[in-house]
Amino acid sequence: MKALHEIRPGARARLTRFVGGDRSFHRRLMELGFLPGTSVRLVRCVAVGDLVELEVRGSHISLRRSEASELRFELEG
Amino acid sequence: MKHAVPAARSGSKLPVVAIAGNPNTGKTTVFNRLTGSDRKVGNYPGVTVERHTGRLDLPSGRAIEIVDVPGTYSLSARSREEEIAIQAVAGLAPLEPPDAVVLVVDATQLSRNLYIVLQVLELEVPLVVALNMMDSLVARNEEIDVARLSRDLGVPVVPMSGSQGTGFEELAAQIERVLADPQVGTPGSRWIPVTEALSADVSAVSSKLPREWTRSSASRERALALWALLSLDESDEWAGIPAELRAIVIERRVLAQAADRHIDLEVIRGRYGWIDARIDTFVKRKGPIAKSLSESIDAVLLNPVAGFAIFLVLMAIVFQALFSWTDPLMQLIEGGFDSLSGVISSVLPSGLFQQFVTGGVIAGFGSIVVFLPQILLLFLFIGLLEDTGYMARVAFLMDRSMRMLGLHGRAFVPMLSGYACAVPAILATRTMERQRDRTLTMMVIPLMTCSARLPVYTLVIGALFPAGVLLGFVPTQGLLMIGMYLFSTLMAFVAAAVLSRTLFKATAVPLILELPPYRYPHWPSVLRMMIQRSKAFLFQAGGVILVISIVLWALLTFPRDATLETRIATARAVVATQSGSPEEIAGRQVSAEDELRAEVLRSSYAGRLGHAIEPVIAPLGFDWKIGIGLIGAFAAREVFVSTMGVVYGVGDSVDEESTTLRAKIKDETRTNGSRVYTPLVGLSLMIFFALACQCMSTLAAVYRETKSWGWPVFLFVYMTVLAWVASFAVYQGGRALGFE
Repeated sequence: MKALHEIRPGARARLTRFVGGDRSFHRRLMELGFLPGTSVRLVRCVAVGDLVELEVRGSHISLRRSEASELRFELEG
Repeated sequence: MKHAVPAARSGSKLPVVAIAGNPNTGKTTVFNRLTGSDRKVGNYPGVTVERHTGRLDLPSGRAIEIVDVPGTYSLSARSREEEIAIQAVAGLAPLEPPDAVVLVVDATQLSRNLYIVLQVLELEVPLVVALNMMDSLVARNEEIDVARLSRDLGVPVVPMSGSQGTGFEELAAQIERVLADPQVGTPGSRWIPVTEALSADVSAVSSKLPREWTRSSASRERALALWALLSLDESDEWAGIPAELRAIVIERRVLAQAADRHIDLEVIRGRYGWIDARIDTFVKRKGPIAKSLSESIDAVLLNPVAGFAIFLVLMAIVFQALFSWTDPLMQLIEGGFDSLSGVISSVLPSGLFQQFVTGGVIAGFGSIVVFLPQILLLFLFIGLLEDTGYMARVAFLMDRSMRMLGLHGRAFVPMLSGYACAVPAILATRTMERQRDRTLTMMVIPLMTCSARLPVYTLVIGALFPAGVLLGFVPTQGLLMIGMYLFSTLMAFVAAAVLSRTLFKATAVPLILELPPYRYPHWPSVLRMMIQRSKAFLFQAGGVILVISIVLWALLTFPRDATLETRIATARAVVATQSGSPEEIAGRQVSAEDELRAEVLRSSYAGRLGHAIEPVIAPLGFDWKIGIGLIGAFAAREVFVSTMGVVYGVGDSVDEESTTLRAKIKDETRTNGSRVYTPLVGLSLMIFFALACQCMSTLAAVYRETKSWGWPVFLFVYMTVLAWVASFAVYQGGRALGFE
C-alpha cells in the first residue's frame, strides 16, 4: 500500500482505503467517486501551492498534500 | 426554527421549480436563459445565502417560478450553502418542497453527476434532467444515448447546451409535462439497500423520522433515512434535527462499526454500483480518448514558474485597471454631479433647502454612483475569471499563502482589489462559498491602502516632510508613501491571522477543489452578474450611504448662522472700499468669505463634536480642528482634505496639492506658540488614516453583504481602536524618543 507521495506524477493507482477520521472529508471524496477500488491518476504535484491534482472518473480534483495523505493506493500496472 | 415562507412565494401561487446540480455544470447559465427579465435576488430565510428567482412562461402560457439553488455535489452538506441546496431540493424545513426539480448535469462528467440524480430520485421529488454541455462531447469523441439514459433513470432527460442556447424549448416542455403529471418525474428509487444489515439500519432510522418530512411515502422515508445515516453524527452542524433521530443514527453507526461495517461506503458504493453497471451503455466512445486541452493549458498555468508569472501579470492588469483605468469615468461622474449641483443652485432660491439638495442629497447620490465604474469593471474581471475556470486555479495557486493567513485561496482577488477601493472588493467576496470565509475577508479588506487614502497622505507628506533624497537617490517622500502601503498590507495580514485564529476560529475543513475544464466565457452571464451586483449595491448599500451623507451634511451645517450671507456681503462691501487693484480686492473678498465660512463650520455641530472628542484624540497629537476633519472624512477619506480646507478658511475646493492649504497647516500654532503639525503628528495622522474605518460606504457594503449591522459595527470599532492604539504608540513613543 502506498501513500500519495510515493506515486509518480502521471501514474495511475488504485485507491484502496482512507486512513484517519475526518468523516465528512472522506464521505465527500467517496461521493465524488473516490471509492476504494477506483482508478485514480495523479495529474501533478505543485510544490508552490502544496497541492496535488487527481483525476477520478474524468474530473480533476485537487487536494492539499497533507490532507491527501489520508488516501492509500496500490499501483496499477 | 420555523421561518415564514420567502416573500416571493407567499404573494403568488405559482408552481416552484428548483434548478440544482453540481458546481461548474453551467447551472446559472441555464437559469439565466430560462428566466426572462423578471428576476429577483433575495435571501433564504435566516441566512445570507442569496436566493435567485425568476419567472418562466411555459409553452402553454402557464407561468412558473424558477429558483436557482446553490451548487452541490451531493445531498450531504459541507457548508451552509450546500445545506440550503439540500433543504431546497428535498423540501426540508424551513424551506417548502419545490413542485419539481431540474438537475443540471454535465454531459462530459456523467458518472459523477448521476450520483446526485439518484439521490433526488430516491426522494421522489418530480425531476427533469437537463443534460448540459452536449456540444462539448464532440471534441471528446463521445456520444450519449439519451433515450437509454432517460429509460434507465425513468425521468425525462433533455440534451442541451446552455452556452449555445439549444434544448431550452424541450426543457420547458418537459417541465410542463412533469408539473402536469408528477408521476412522470417520480419513478422511485433506482437503487435500494441490498444487504440485510443496511436494511435494518434504514428501518430503525425510518421510525424516528418526523412525519412531515416523509409525507407517508415509503420511498421517501427510505431516502431520508439513508440521508440521516450519511449526514448526522455527534458533530454534524444540522439545525432542527429531532434529538431522537440523531441518537438512533449514532446508535446504528456504533453498531455498524462494531461489526466492522462502513455505512457511508455501503450507501455510496450502492449508488455508484448502479451507475458503473450502466455507464458504458450511456456513454459511447466514438474514437480515441482526446488529449484534454485543459490539461495542456494547466501544464503552463499551474507551472510553479510560468504559471505564477502569468498569474502575477493577470493580477497586475486587474489592479491597474481598477486603480487607473476607471479614473476618467469616475472624474466624469464627479464632474457631472458637480454641474448638477451648479444647475440646481442657480434654479433654486439660495437658502437652506438649496444647500440641503446640493450638499446633502446630490453629494450623497454622487458618492454612491461614483463607485459604479469600479464595481462594473471588477465584476467583469471576476465574471471572466469564474466563467473560464481560472478562478479555481487562483485558489489552487494561492491556497498555501492565503491559508497561512487563515484566508481562503479565493480571497486573493478581493484583497488585491482592496488596494483600489474596499467597496467593490467587499462585494467581490461573493466569489467564496463559505460565509465564514467571506465575512473574515470583509473584515480585513478595509485595511488595505485604498485610493481614497492617497490624497490624505499626499497632503500630509507634502506639507510636513521635506522633499529630499536618501542615500543619494531614494526620494524620502516617495519612500514614506511606499512605507504606508507596506504598513497597511502588513496590518491586514496580521489582522487576518489574528481574526482567523480567534473570532473566526473554525475547525479546519480539508480542501476539495475541483479544477473544471477551461471554457469560453458566456458573455450574457458575465454581463448579467455585473448588472446584478451594481444594482444590489445601488439599492441596498446606496440607501445607507445617502442617509449618512445627509446626516454628515447636517452636522457640518447646523446650527445655522442666519446672518452669514449678510455678513459675507458686508465683509465684501468693506473690502471693496479698500485701495488696491481689482484682482487684489477680489482676492481679499474671497479670503474674507472663506474666513467667515470657517467660523461657521467651527461652531457647527461637527465643530462642537471636534471639540468634544479633542480629549480623546489629543494623546495622538491631534487638535479639535483635525477632529472636525476626521468627522468629515467619515463620508470618504479624501473629504478630509476639503474639510480641512474649510476649517482653515481656504475654501472647500482645495486639493491635496494646494500650496495655500499646505502652508496653513505648516504654520498652524497652538495657544502656547508651538506648532500643531510636526512631522510626528503627520505620521500619527497617516497611521490613523491607514487603520481607521473612515468610510461610510465600506460599512454600508459590509451591511449589504452580511445582512446584519453587527459586522459593520464590529469592523468600525475594531479598526478605530486599532488606529487609536497605533497612533498613540507612534506619537507618544516618538515624543519619548525626543521628537516633537
